[in-house]
Amino acid sequence: MFWSALGIAVREIRRNLVRAFLTVLGVVIGVAAVVIMVSLGQGATESVTSQVASLGSNLVMAIPGQGMGPTGGTAPAFRLSDATAIAESSPGIRAVAPVKIQGVNAVYLQQDWSTQAVGTTVDYFSVAGWEMAEGRGFTEAEYLGARPVCVLGETLVEELFGQQRPVGARIRLKTMTCEVIGVLRSKGQGAMGQDQDSVIVLPLTTVQRRLSGRVGNRDVARVMISAHDGASTERVVRDVTDLLRERRGIREGEDDDFSVLDTKEIADTLGSTTRILTLLLAAVAAVSLLVGGIGIMNIMLVSVTERTREIGIRMSIGALPSEVLLQFLVEALVLSVIGGLIGIGLALAGSYALAGVMGIPFVFDPEINLIAFAFSAAVGVLFGFTPARRAAQLDPIDALRFE
Amino acid sequence: MTSSDHNACSSIIQLRGVTKTYGTGNAAFRALRGVDLDVEAGEFVAIMGASGSGKSTLMNLLGCLDSPTTGSYLFGGRAMQGLSKEQRALVRRHYLGFVFQGYNLLARTTALENVELPLLYRGVSRRQRRERARRALDAVGLLPWQSHSSNELSGGQQQRVAVARAIATDPRVLFADEPTGNLDSKASREVMQLITRLNQEQGITVVMVTHEPEMADYARRIITVRDGLIARDVPRETQLAEVEVA
Repeated sequence: MFWSALGIAVREIRRNLVRAFLTVLGVVIGVAAVVIMVSLGQGATESVTSQVASLGSNLVMAIPGQGMGPTGGTAPAFRLSDATAIAESSPGIRAVAPVKIQGVNAVYLQQDWSTQAVGTTVDYFSVAGWEMAEGRGFTEAEYLGARPVCVLGETLVEELFGQQRPVGARIRLKTMTCEVIGVLRSKGQGAMGQDQDSVIVLPLTTVQRRLSGRVGNRDVARVMISAHDGASTERVVRDVTDLLRERRGIREGEDDDFSVLDTKEIADTLGSTTRILTLLLAAVAAVSLLVGGIGIMNIMLVSVTERTREIGIRMSIGALPSEVLLQFLVEALVLSVIGGLIGIGLALAGSYALAGVMGIPFVFDPEINLIAFAFSAAVGVLFGFTPARRAAQLDPIDALRFE
Repeated sequence: MTSSDHNACSSIIQLRGVTKTYGTGNAAFRALRGVDLDVEAGEFVAIMGASGSGKSTLMNLLGCLDSPTTGSYLFGGRAMQGLSKEQRALVRRHYLGFVFQGYNLLARTTALENVELPLLYRGVSRRQRRERARRALDAVGLLPWQSHSSNELSGGQQQRVAVARAIATDPRVLFADEPTGNLDSKASREVMQLITRLNQEQGITVVMVTHEPEMADYARRIITVRDGLIARDVPRETQLAEVEVA
């Protein structure tokens, strides 16, 4: 009985393709919107997660103030001695790199570029997960001697040198001339959308003595801590927090005036934020799917009126009311399933193209496609039922007389 | 219903004291006021009457499109009064064929598909459906038109397709409701000759409603309905004789 109803439904749809197209349109748009939103959301989540991972592995960061934003400005900065003490504070710590950040204008011949100078120690490269694309990092001797040497990020190489080879060249930062000894391999966009490659890395000593002048020249902006593989970063966070509370003289019960952040935690936070946004967008898109369903009901209702005579004919030659009900229900179901399939097809093409434009990975999630498909089928049954029941309740005599 | 039932009861249709009332209370309208009627298998009966006489109501009751308010209706020995909508639909599906004034073919559907439709509801397999529909179309002389859509056919052709659809299931009774009402005289003659031939050659029982005496003349028995009652019920020969006497 279902198969014959399916045959009748398909024939009816084929007999009026324009009507079928208009009916399906709402569902197509609804399904496509839901799937695109979720796919792009998942792509964004994945890209945020991978960018946070690019900060470095097993990374813990200590920064003055609470939270990640610029609000931490009033809290006292760390000193170099804090970094040294942190290195000894927990058995899980592999290496520590204090970081001092200074805005500078880098000049090479006629080119200049505003960027951040990062003053740090030798361990920085491994702690922050940088690899060398060319040349080398600075040595312990160069650090101790506060030598004027620097390592450039990819963006600076492009902006200052273009096609020329940077290693061995000399650039000017403020009043200091320093030699380029290496180039960092590109990391791309950061989790907050910033350019991670617009950076110059120098020995901390060089920054303190030659770039910062006198004011605050012993301060470091943050301390990056790398944990051993397999070591508990939670433990490291706890030990470092205890140490810093003691060193900064914070009494029992008082709040920290610094933060110790685990990159895993950062990734989780950012990931859950994007997930919430994804859900929100998907919910908005789901509303359009609902509207599509109402469109199906609308057109099916009109079509029941329009096809009253047809229903009368079918009933007079022996179609049962339940068969007429099934026919209209199956018709709505077939329409919405076709709409769902077209919508998913459109969504795949659309999210693939959009992911390319937005620079996030294209994620194919079979689950959301299945859900959207099932939802569109449910919409067909749900909104096809009222018109189908109305058709089935018609009296054959009245239906035949209907003009 | 088995053939032994059928043999046991000589009449395929038997109405006793059938009434039909539409509406209730003051607004009630008694369309039929006590009809007794017997139709034997193989008969060709014409039901005549002015509009409002109750002939269409009688037709709807006989065709199981409606059920009587009171009285009994035996179709092939089986009681039809008090059947549900579904049960009446099943009786129509398995034992009855219909031809209407307005042809009532499905639009944008080929002649063959139209004829196949009742077989589809009977659950006949696709191959058999095709074969039986072709045979029915051949019987009405429209096999060459099988793949034409219904709106490409003339009125007479459409009505012949409707006849083919009605006989494709080999019904016990063919009901024709003003089958020539929308046709010109030539097409009317063709359709009536077709129905007569089906009655005579294939022994299909025919019950036809008409208000045109020329069409009723094709039948072998003419029933006249007036004010919800059967006013006259005579074999055609008698009627012709009466006319001659007059």
